[in-house]
Amino acid sequence: MSDFNSDIWSWFIGIVSVAGILACLWLTWWMSAGGAKKDEDAQTMGHVWDEDLAELNNPLPAWWKNMFYITIVFGLVYLVLYPGLGSFKGMLGWTMYNQLEAEELAAKEKYGPIYAKYASQSIESLGSDEAALKIGERLYLTYCTACHGSDAGGVTGFPNLRDSDWLYGGSPDQIKTSIMNGRTGAMPAWEAPLGGEQGVHEVTQYVLSLSKRPGVDEKAAEAGQTKFMAFCAACHMPTGTGMQAVGAPNLTDNIWLYGGHPKQIAESIAKGRNGRMPAHGEFLGEEKVHLLAAYIYRLSQ
Amino acid sequence: MSEQTLYFDKVVRQFAVMTIIWALVGMSVGVLIAAQLAWPALNFDLPWTTFSRLRPLHTNAVIFAFGGSALFASAYYIVQRTCHVRLFMPGLATFTFWGWQAIIVSAAISFPLGITASKEYAELEWPIDIAIAVVWVAFAIVFFGTIVKRKVEHIYVANWFLGSLIIVVAMLHIVNSMALPIAFFGGSWFKSYSLFVGAQDAMVQWWYGHNAVGFFLTAGFLGMMYYFIPKVSGRPVYSYRLSVVHFWALVFTYIWAGPHHLHYTALPDWTQSLGMVFSLILLAPSWGGMINGIMTLSGAWEKLRTDPVLRFLVVSVSFYGMSTFEGPMMAIKTVNSLSHYTDWTIGHVHAGALGWNGLVTFGAMYYLIPKLWNRELYSVKLVEVHFWVSTIGIVLYIASMWVAGIMQGLMWRAVNEDGTLTYSFVESLQAMYPFYMVRFAGGAVFVLGIVIMMYNLYKTIAGAKAAEAAIPAPAAAH
Repeated sequence: MSDFNSDIWSWFIGIVSVAGILACLWLTWWMSAGGAKKDEDAQTMGHVWDEDLAELNNPLPAWWKNMFYITIVFGLVYLVLYPGLGSFKGMLGWTMYNQLEAEELAAKEKYGPIYAKYASQSIESLGSDEAALKIGERLYLTYCTACHGSDAGGVTGFPNLRDSDWLYGGSPDQIKTSIMNGRTGAMPAWEAPLGGEQGVHEVTQYVLSLSKRPGVDEKAAEAGQTKFMAFCAACHMPTGTGMQAVGAPNLTDNIWLYGGHPKQIAESIAKGRNGRMPAHGEFLGEEKVHLLAAYIYRLSQ
Repeated sequence: MSEQTLYFDKVVRQFAVMTIIWALVGMSVGVLIAAQLAWPALNFDLPWTTFSRLRPLHTNAVIFAFGGSALFASAYYIVQRTCHVRLFMPGLATFTFWGWQAIIVSAAISFPLGITASKEYAELEWPIDIAIAVVWVAFAIVFFGTIVKRKVEHIYVANWFLGSLIIVVAMLHIVNSMALPIAFFGGSWFKSYSLFVGAQDAMVQWWYGHNAVGFFLTAGFLGMMYYFIPKVSGRPVYSYRLSVVHFWALVFTYIWAGPHHLHYTALPDWTQSLGMVFSLILLAPSWGGMINGIMTLSGAWEKLRTDPVLRFLVVSVSFYGMSTFEGPMMAIKTVNSLSHYTDWTIGHVHAGALGWNGLVTFGAMYYLIPKLWNRELYSVKLVEVHFWVSTIGIVLYIASMWVAGIMQGLMWRAVNEDGTLTYSFVESLQAMYPFYMVRFAGGAVFVLGIVIMMYNLYKTIAGAKAAEAAIPAPAAAH
């Protein structure tokens, strides 16, 4: 279906388009000849249907005809100036892509200096610059709220950005890197290695005990500890405090990205989790990300 | 009297009654989903009643159940009267009635279940699509068969429009619905994927979508207008010449206008430009119908004061003129960059659907139903009430959506001194609530009008026997 590459199609489109428009003109001219004159009552066309249906031989209203001509002339001129007739590019050389590029360039010229001014300042120092934070907040409201929420409080699967718990680190540079390059969190599915449901249950109980949750099944937790050390400690560390280098969360602070209910924890262990923060560097540019990072950094202070 | 000397009106009566019933059903679902936008709790947290599943039910019920039944009823009535013959193959016509109703019922079941082809106004899945094609071809056979055996030489203008409706909708429906059912590969019987891909799929979809408006909701209903306005006003059509130019220019130009739904997308520039140019050229051909409708009354203006049925018809043509001015304007790229994706589009569509298709159908039914049962209207006063109730409903609806849409468009493009967006998306959504409530009120008032009409028409035909109309001899040619 995608193979309409022959020049014939371009000519076909161009000719049919122009011929169609000219046919509209011809039809109008043809129907303009004759008809009732001004100041005389129109006669019917001489046909009667269903006892009383008839048609008068009134001429085309002049204002209507002129309106039709104007739109046709406009259309033809437009098709000379802009791309429309097959592969003919139009005399203005306009494309929607070069319109976009021109608009982007204009925006860069207009707004670029504002961002350049802040780019040279450190994220920490921007944290006390109200004007910079305001820009950061607006950027946040446009690009981040869909996942992290209008209040940056996060929802299940999307971290809270206002607390001091950071998956990949809360230093200004770490925050900026997270926004620039994105992050991919991959927790493998452990149900099979843990020996099925029972193993998952035991590790779940141990993980619950790490953050001192009440009602832990001590016996299961004890069995879970051995498994935790074998399978989980490599990323989450033997202490369960996590490792920011790989985004392995701290399991001792009772903050849960995918929910803290025992069932949710068991599901995370059994099925694994895949978190994806998209990269924004190429899309927003480093200068905007810099301000965004300052805003997020300030939120957590 | 032999059957051949009588019109076959049973199928017209069936479709006319279903027109009124589907109006109530389809538009009530519309009111529900309008309420859901203002009060999301009304989704009831059930999959079957979520907005996303009920919205296609609303659009399909209004366009194809209500509008379709109205078109079938009028086409079968008009083609017999203007050809002076009994309907060709009445049995096949009866089949189109039961077939069409079965299709509507299957839509009403499959949409809430989440079965969808995901193409706007063509959401029905492939088994139902095949049924539509079969019924539509049967419609074509009955209609054109009647034209062929006509007793008058000239084909009346209403039949040109109805004929174009039948031919073009068959073409649009069959091409756009071409799909591969996954059942052939061991999958479900109710899922298929379009044969077209990417930008071509989008183009075929909007070639279909825009011409569903152009031929189903415009050409077909212009056919109704060309019969009922001259009949109710007792005046000849204003200009035969105008009807020739605007018919051919309309059917030619409309087919090209679809790409204006895809401005500034992956569609190539040349396709977008052609769509815009032909949309603008379409303005005058569209208005030709309005002029012929309104000017037919010249010399009989006073009837507008006394006959609310005629008022329905004439005001519908005014709404038609308004929406067909708005449409070309919104097709201009610069305007479209503001209006696209906003509620302005919804307002535009409803100016057409409520104001034009709704009112012209109500007018036609107020004329047709008493005729079909050989009765006088139960209450002209109630027609008058219905007229004003509908008008208020439409004004509330379209005014709120215009304001909401333009506000959305302006909020989305507003930027601060630093180039950041002034409003987040959520803020623009919050700003919509008051307008969503007014829109809900407008829709509810419009539905109230339908209830009034239903009562009036029920009282009109209650206990009446179906009329058996004899076919008059054609008038002698001059």
